[in-house]
Amino acid sequence: MNSGSQTLEISQIATDLPASGIREFFDLVIGMDDVISLGVGEPDFATPWKICDAVVDSLRRGMTSYTSNHGLLELREAIADDVRTRYAVEYDPGCEVLITMGVSEAMDIAMRAWLNPGDQVLVPEPCYVSYQPCVAMAGGEPVGVPTYIENDFRPRPEDIQAAITDRTRGIILGYPNNPTGTVMSRDELNEIAQIAQAHDLFVVSDEIYAHLTYDGEHTCFPSLPGARERTLLLNGFSKAYAMTGWRIGYACGPREIIDAMVRIHAYTALSAPISGQIGAIEGLRNCEREMRDMVRDYDQRRRVFIKGLNDIGLPCFEAKGAFYAFPSIRHTGLTSKQFSRLLLYQEKVAAVPGTAFGPAGEGHLRCTYATSMAQLKEALKRMERLLGRLKAGEITVGDE
Amino acid sequence: MREILELLEHDARLTPEEVAVRLGKDATQVREAIAQLEANKALMGYSAVVNWEKTDSPKVYAFIAVGATPEHGKGFDAIAEHVRGFDEVHSVYLMSGSFDLQVVVEGDDFREIARFVAEKLAPIPGVSSTATSFVLKTYKLEGRSTADRESNGRLAVTP
Repeated sequence: MNSGSQTLEISQIATDLPASGIREFFDLVIGMDDVISLGVGEPDFATPWKICDAVVDSLRRGMTSYTSNHGLLELREAIADDVRTRYAVEYDPGCEVLITMGVSEAMDIAMRAWLNPGDQVLVPEPCYVSYQPCVAMAGGEPVGVPTYIENDFRPRPEDIQAAITDRTRGIILGYPNNPTGTVMSRDELNEIAQIAQAHDLFVVSDEIYAHLTYDGEHTCFPSLPGARERTLLLNGFSKAYAMTGWRIGYACGPREIIDAMVRIHAYTALSAPISGQIGAIEGLRNCEREMRDMVRDYDQRRRVFIKGLNDIGLPCFEAKGAFYAFPSIRHTGLTSKQFSRLLLYQEKVAAVPGTAFGPAGEGHLRCTYATSMAQLKEALKRMERLLGRLKAGEITVGDE
Repeated sequence: MREILELLEHDARLTPEEVAVRLGKDATQVREAIAQLEANKALMGYSAVVNWEKTDSPKVYAFIAVGATPEHGKGFDAIAEHVRGFDEVHSVYLMSGSFDLQVVVEGDDFREIARFVAEKLAPIPGVSSTATSFVLKTYKLEGRSTADRESNGRLAVTP
């Protein structure tokens, strides 16, 4: 294979990056017909019509240019207003808000702006697939902090404390959580904020599912006492406004880190797409009702689906955020991968193995309930049938 | 109450048990609430949303703007009650603006509706004018688009 030429030799960082477990699973599903997918990490709603309408209008008016590196000032002001109104946290739209291509880009450039080689970053697991690779790509060292089903996958302060070394620079938090649906209470987050303060750690808080909090209020991490100056808040429009394909996210934080991120962003992205930014402005201004309606629908599906999982014998804690349920399949004796493959090949239901989100996800499946009620019910029926056949010994591992 | 009504308005076939699970409420309470809503006619009935244009025997609908002279002490009520008694009348609303009653009439064809307007509706005492507009095509009905649903191209597995 290797001719000895260094022309196409791949960098060590890229070589060391593990392939996404999601990607691996996606490759299995692709090409199969009639699959009920509980595998997506995005809304099943289309973007609210008002947003599409505003963007089409802007295109007709020729608004097709680059924007400032920071993003449209109007959008940054709308975001600063929104964060102030909802969470009472102040950011200067002039220099403390950056519009990015989704939280994904924001996470990447945040790590590159912040980390030096060898810096350690704590990442509670299971977590979104990009956190650890982003740390690694920036030369840092991600340190997984396992969370447990017994605690509904909320990180315990003692586990975080125990993972801190003299190389630890900070923590990445993602609550409400993908893949578990876990939310953290204000008190629990406050404990983490205090640890951060005591050890002079920086916190990157990915709050993309903030609006999808079903029981009580979402706590915005920088709103905690003393947290604002040591937190980078990441959020965006993909989930709450059903705008995944528009690729609009944002970062709010102290000027120093935003300045550094903008320098990287200016060279690598220049600016987020203007159409998406215009859509986001419309979303913040005029789509609160549409957003609330979607959240209400998710909440109803959540109750039906989680009850359904428990009823068919897949124990699932009451996930109170995002749009994921994370049932346990431990009692089947199978691994997450084995179970999800059996489910896919035998019953044509796609649910992502929990291990795609870190080793702490073993024994679980990530099931998205952002799909129609009819599909959820059919999926439950098929899962129940699979469990019955497993129990009766009609199928076993290897029958995938 | 509002949440229950919104759910049933969207899908009248939901059982009280299903409504209860979706809303995180007790099934008995939901059943009682529905009974109460039915009793006071906030819940008037449970019907299907039909796009007749998709059938072999489409119905014809007309929106009729009716001008009326209100009666002493009764306003438009007596006239509106007279109008709603006809089986051809699908719905009746008292309107603000340049006319008084919006009457939606259904029939098997245009002629049937024209005859109903000329022979039944216009002669009602107190009705001073009618302006009939026939529905030519339905784009949205009861909050639902009449378009065939297209796949949105969403992938089966995403992060």
